[in-house]
Amino acid sequence: MFEQINRRCVLRFVRSALAVGVIGAGAAAQAADIKVGVILPLSGPIAAQGMSTVKGIKAGMQYQDSVNGHKLSMMQLDDASNPSLSTRNARKLISQDNVDVLIGTGGVPGALAIATVAREDKTPLVSFTPINLSGEAAEWAKTTTQSGDVMVSAVVDEMKRNGVKTVGYIGFSDAWGDAAYAALQKHAADAGIKVVANERYARADNSVAAQVLKVMAAKPDAVLGGGAGTPGALPYIGLHERGYKGALYGTHAILSPEFVHLVGKAGEGLIVPTGPALVGDQLADSNASKAIVEQYRKAYKAANGEEPYDVFSAYAFDAWLVVANAAKQVPSNIEPGTPAYRTALRDAINKTQKLAATEGVITFKPDDAYGVGKDSVVIVKLQKGQWMLQK
Amino acid sequence: MDPTIAFILLTDGLAGSALYLIIGLGLVLIFSVTRVIFVPFGSIAVFAALSLGAMELGRLPAAIPLIGLFVLLALFMECLRMRRQHSWRQWPRVLGVWGVLPLLPCALAAWASYQSAELVKVAAAVLLAVPLGPLIERVALRPIAHSSVLALLIVALVLDQVLSGLGLLWFGPEGLRTSAALEGSLTLSSGLAINYQTLLTMAVAFGLALVFYVVLQRTRIGKVLHATASNPTGARLVGIRPAFTATIAHLIAALLAGIVGVLISPVATIYYDSGLILTLKAFVAAIIGGMSSYPLTALGALLVGVSESFASFWNSGLKDAIVFGLLIPILVIRSGLAPHHEEEEEGDA
Repeated sequence: MFEQINRRCVLRFVRSALAVGVIGAGAAAQAADIKVGVILPLSGPIAAQGMSTVKGIKAGMQYQDSVNGHKLSMMQLDDASNPSLSTRNARKLISQDNVDVLIGTGGVPGALAIATVAREDKTPLVSFTPINLSGEAAEWAKTTTQSGDVMVSAVVDEMKRNGVKTVGYIGFSDAWGDAAYAALQKHAADAGIKVVANERYARADNSVAAQVLKVMAAKPDAVLGGGAGTPGALPYIGLHERGYKGALYGTHAILSPEFVHLVGKAGEGLIVPTGPALVGDQLADSNASKAIVEQYRKAYKAANGEEPYDVFSAYAFDAWLVVANAAKQVPSNIEPGTPAYRTALRDAINKTQKLAATEGVITFKPDDAYGVGKDSVVIVKLQKGQWMLQK
Repeated sequence: MDPTIAFILLTDGLAGSALYLIIGLGLVLIFSVTRVIFVPFGSIAVFAALSLGAMELGRLPAAIPLIGLFVLLALFMECLRMRRQHSWRQWPRVLGVWGVLPLLPCALAAWASYQSAELVKVAAAVLLAVPLGPLIERVALRPIAHSSVLALLIVALVLDQVLSGLGLLWFGPEGLRTSAALEGSLTLSSGLAINYQTLLTMAVAFGLALVFYVVLQRTRIGKVLHATASNPTGARLVGIRPAFTATIAHLIAALLAGIVGVLISPVATIYYDSGLILTLKAFVAAIIGGMSSYPLTALGALLVGVSESFASFWNSGLKDAIVFGLLIPILVIRSGLAPHHEEEEEGDA
């Protein structure tokens, strides 16, 4: 009996394999696929972000899956939130699968690792993670996020508009905390705002009572939190517990549904910079991103059967958008799968001009990885557990 | 530092001390009965906290599959034992003790997830922690109960790694807080206020310490535990089964862990791996008590909690270093007071 089943299975397998082969051959005769290699952290510590970004990519495919008669086909690999695996996967996708462009990955170390591979193997990379690259290093690597500097600068502008004179800072005692603090110092000095306290805590700490006391002793008009994700909620909870009355500011690094849940009442009135995607339905009709955000939401729902719940998927969607938009500009006589195509695609990506994406209007320059400017940043305020757009 | 800040730091420190005291009591209890430094204690507390958080969100707590996994392992080991001893007649008791009893709190928690009363959820979360203690003891520690203290410690450390890994798998990487059992604060004067939650934590710790004292001194079960702790061989001679006392000790310790979990989750963000650092700090307190004296452990907990609070104000980055640095002078003083005590016991065992 088992043999019978086996034989039937084998037959069915052979038949379907033949069918796939025939269809595949047919497609090849029309036009070669543009192969997009996608590397995401689908397991490991930042798997939550990976799960969100994979949905964003799927929404991208739903929105646009062919360019100039070429089908956009995706090959996806998991890097387990591990930069050395990101590197290995990038090399594998380039050498074995002959991809034309890479998208990935969550986490800055992994994305930087892929950027190095992209440059060495001359394959363009579009990331959705803040990679601080400029000059030659940025030639093959672009990202759809705003830089931390742009975001902090937008927050400082908002502080100035609200009449803040002194600001205290409580941030991570790591690279992100340092970067946010450096940006705060630079832009606050320009805006005439005094930074009166600089306190740090470790990501794994479960109480920041002491840092909060020290910041409150300096009596700042406002406090900027330089954390990320749920650990970023601690300073606001601590300030709330101690009855701090000043204004609360944050960076885009804390925008996750888990953060909103964790911070609860303590986060009421928290002001944060973000791209337009988070508050798509509140945008004015004149906003350049309004239309594409609607398209993105529709595509996301069609592809995943649910509403988008955080901003990571929007950044990933934008990466797909950049690739599709650039592929459109590549001359039709260059065939995908060749080094000439990859170079042409890179040039097209680097020439991206005023592309309206969900997180802002993207204009790339060859020597800078970032393409979203400060004019696309919107300011949102947390009110009763909802992010509300500030005009 | 002005008096207001000092007062706030002191109350924070006392609340921390109260938690370290409860954990320290559990550590000393388990160590004196089974010679295991029970590192996974904090992880069990974390599971209770995360379970409470899940129930508040109306989800089934992930501690249920965790307990299910350990129930299967325990039943499997009991089957092996019965086969070895040809005692298959015991199967109804084995099934009852290792199969049905641990699943009762799971059923309660599953029911409580859909109730609105916070108190029910808190009780369910505490009880959910209880089966984990005896199950872990049965699965991982009983088979090697006669190994050296060092081997037991290493196994306990590995157990903690395994548990926090399972915690990541089932509870996820995000931290959470639960809503406070008591909102609001007691205002003493302008600027001086104590959260009711802090007072509650201290009261519970103090009450538990009292109950501990009474139970160990006055009840039969307390005397059994005491007897096993002070002389295991003698206890066996008078008919006390070491496996039974170990199970009881782990049961009580897991209950304490559950209480710690629900007390800490409203005041601190709890992650799947927050348990180890809790245990380690309470371990410093227990070391001050020589892993045997409950009153000295209480004193140690006070020292650790308050110094941690003040250390975090002076230098947040070094607060853990300062707390663990306390160990060095304490060990020097203790070994001066009671020279070579530990080694002799090792030799006997």
